[in-house]
Amino acid sequence: MANIKELAKQPERLSGGHRLCAGCGASIVVRQVLMGTKDPVVVGSATGCLEVATTIYPYTAWKIPFIHNAFENVAATISGVETAYRALKKKGKIKKDIKFVAFGGDGGTYDIGLQSLSGALERGHNFVYVCYQNEAYMNTGVQRSGGTPKGASTTTAPSGKASYGKPQLRKDLTAIVAAHNIPYVAQGSASHWNDLVTKAEKAFKVEGPAFLNVISMCHRGWRFPQEDTIKINKLAVETGYWPLIEVENGIWKFTYKPKERKPVVEFLKPQGRFKHLFKEENKFVLEEIQKDIDENWARLERMCEASCKVA
Amino acid sequence: MTKKNLIPFTGDQAVAYAMKQIDPDVVAAYPITPQTEIVMNFSNYVANGQVSTEMIPVESEHSAMSACVGAAAAGARTMTATSANGLALMWEIVYIAASTRLPIVMPVVNRALSGPINIHCDHSDTMGCRDSGWIHIYCENAQEVYENTILAIRIAEHKKILLPVMVCQDGFITSHAVEGLELFDDKKVKDFIGEYKIEDPLLDVDHPVTYGPLDLQDYYFEHKRQQGEAMKAALTAIPEVLKKFEKTFGRKYDFIETYKLDDAEIAIVAMSSTAGTVKFVVDELRQKGVKAGLLRPRIFRPFPKEKLITALKNVKAVAVLDRSESFSAEGGPLYTDIKAALYDSGIRPLISNYIYGLGGRDIFPADINKVYVDLQDILKTGKVKTPLNYLGSRE
Amino acid sequence: MENKKSWKEIPIGGKIIEAGNAAKYNTGSWRTFRPEKNDKKCINCLFCWIYCPDSSIKVEDDKMAGFDYEHCKGCGICASICPVKCIDMKKEIQ
Repeated sequence: MANIKELAKQPERLSGGHRLCAGCGASIVVRQVLMGTKDPVVVGSATGCLEVATTIYPYTAWKIPFIHNAFENVAATISGVETAYRALKKKGKIKKDIKFVAFGGDGGTYDIGLQSLSGALERGHNFVYVCYQNEAYMNTGVQRSGGTPKGASTTTAPSGKASYGKPQLRKDLTAIVAAHNIPYVAQGSASHWNDLVTKAEKAFKVEGPAFLNVISMCHRGWRFPQEDTIKINKLAVETGYWPLIEVENGIWKFTYKPKERKPVVEFLKPQGRFKHLFKEENKFVLEEIQKDIDENWARLERMCEASCKVA
Repeated sequence: MTKKNLIPFTGDQAVAYAMKQIDPDVVAAYPITPQTEIVMNFSNYVANGQVSTEMIPVESEHSAMSACVGAAAAGARTMTATSANGLALMWEIVYIAASTRLPIVMPVVNRALSGPINIHCDHSDTMGCRDSGWIHIYCENAQEVYENTILAIRIAEHKKILLPVMVCQDGFITSHAVEGLELFDDKKVKDFIGEYKIEDPLLDVDHPVTYGPLDLQDYYFEHKRQQGEAMKAALTAIPEVLKKFEKTFGRKYDFIETYKLDDAEIAIVAMSSTAGTVKFVVDELRQKGVKAGLLRPRIFRPFPKEKLITALKNVKAVAVLDRSESFSAEGGPLYTDIKAALYDSGIRPLISNYIYGLGGRDIFPADINKVYVDLQDILKTGKVKTPLNYLGSRE
Repeated sequence: MENKKSWKEIPIGGKIIEAGNAAKYNTGSWRTFRPEKNDKKCINCLFCWIYCPDSSIKVEDDKMAGFDYEHCKGCGICASICPVKCIDMKKEIQ
């Protein structure tokens, strides 16, 4: 459990003056995740909104060591940094305890970055990977990714006379990562800050890789008013669209369950990217989406039950 | 005569042994023929506790170079090795390593780039990234690649340079053939390479640095200028390192090697193992009274223009051998670079190009001899009938 | 407007060695609305602080101590999530 007043006493690691959009969900995620440890942290970031907007030469919003390399390789890059740390610590050249975190968007994580993430997880490096999941390649103009949900209109899978947007379900990256048998995997949301910060604390504490898949609001790509960032974020959780779960040493658990899951249309309706689904000819997609969410929830409950039993 | 203690090593084993003596903090490498022996031999040293290196068994070459960038920026002495398509896969990050000014040393075992897939020797891989901002050293044999891997560490880490270095050897021809090597003393190697120190390492958390920012139109050009200046500075800084190398190990290297070139009328310019074959043919021709010679460029980037011009100044007809096609429709990369260098020099030998040995196509003394015969003909007629030739292909 | 440096004057390798210097960059000029707080109503829950994308809520002695107008972009998240609605978004007059 995190205490907000205690958290507020910690020095801010990301300064103001970065050029992310007003109301951007990504920096809220980053700020909260970095509250998960008091130890010095080295941050890596994939190419994307976060990296591009926080490090426009000659300015950097990072008050801590930061490295950006390319789009698909933040996990490999941080693997190198973390290994250098172990090599130099072993030789007595470094004395401090340092933590390592890699941030990647869904583009740099679900798709082009999946290989380097998988490799880093398999090798067991001691780092936290955080995917700020805003469900498209936002930095380059809202192109679809493997993390884009079914029915969303993006610029490369737009809705139109012959299409209702992306026909495919998004990948279940959390399950893919959990299949690497790493000590800690979780899905989080900045709207539920206590849950996210607690998860970040756990992630930083484990020995070995930890993965946080955090849904990240993008009012530009999702098309809603900027002040509603947290309001829409809460609906993502309350409708079961983004379940808050964790997998700790193979045991699946919900860390939060809404008393009653709201219908998913309450989350979809305020967003311009789903507007076309409310036309008569596309209403069947809304039903499918609700069904997918219900099935996913049921599947997660089965995972929780099954993994508890084995334990 | 003192008996030399010669150790039988292939080129790959020699590089692995050099890496053992260097004992880098981090090695991130992925296997690819014909580099595999380097990684496997080095892994054995790691497994037997003979080095302190932390090895990262990455899942691709792209991740190998990515991890190297992370480790080098963090403040660790970092190495990797690759060939051909492995180099091609890491191409994006190869450029980033150079622009981030990280002194990574990477032995490259030259192998043809696909396609079609071919695992044998040619220079298309490293020639393909000659614009990447890395320093390129081409070695004729296992002894040279062993020594130059060690030399490369101090070139890369020179305060005026701070650029990564590729140390090249011919795939299979050098990498898998056994030679008798003279190895350096461990302590001498350690003293020569010294401690690794870079400015602004990531792991100095008390002085946080941002690496890899977004550079817009207003600053990218200036960062590239710095890279260009570093490559120019390397032309004067490398000789300092070569001098120190000679002082420590008694071995003298320059940007180029010349063989019976001083009074040569006709000469071949060739790199790597083929130069050895050329030396053999030069000796035969000299026996017959032909004034033949060889110029072997070793350091290709930075391009040692002055040394090359001086070496060729009295040569009347030159044939440049390229073990890669740059598909310019005009000639191979070594040929065009040399021609360009000669343009303003006032020296105008009759110059021709021979593309040879692609995909490991063998090159024999008879082939080299043919080139010298062509050169003699050119000398007689004063004309280059065909500037662009293909040596050893079935026409 | 900063004076742009020549290639001789900047660190090599594209490094930025002054950590957090984005604080010198004024993003407050982006605003069309600015947040203003009714101090009497504020319960110091600090939700505005933890939800601010721009690290622009000041906290001192466990209390919400104001807005960093140099960097606040006027997104309105703080006003939206405040449980006692003590933050209003007023039109920026400039």
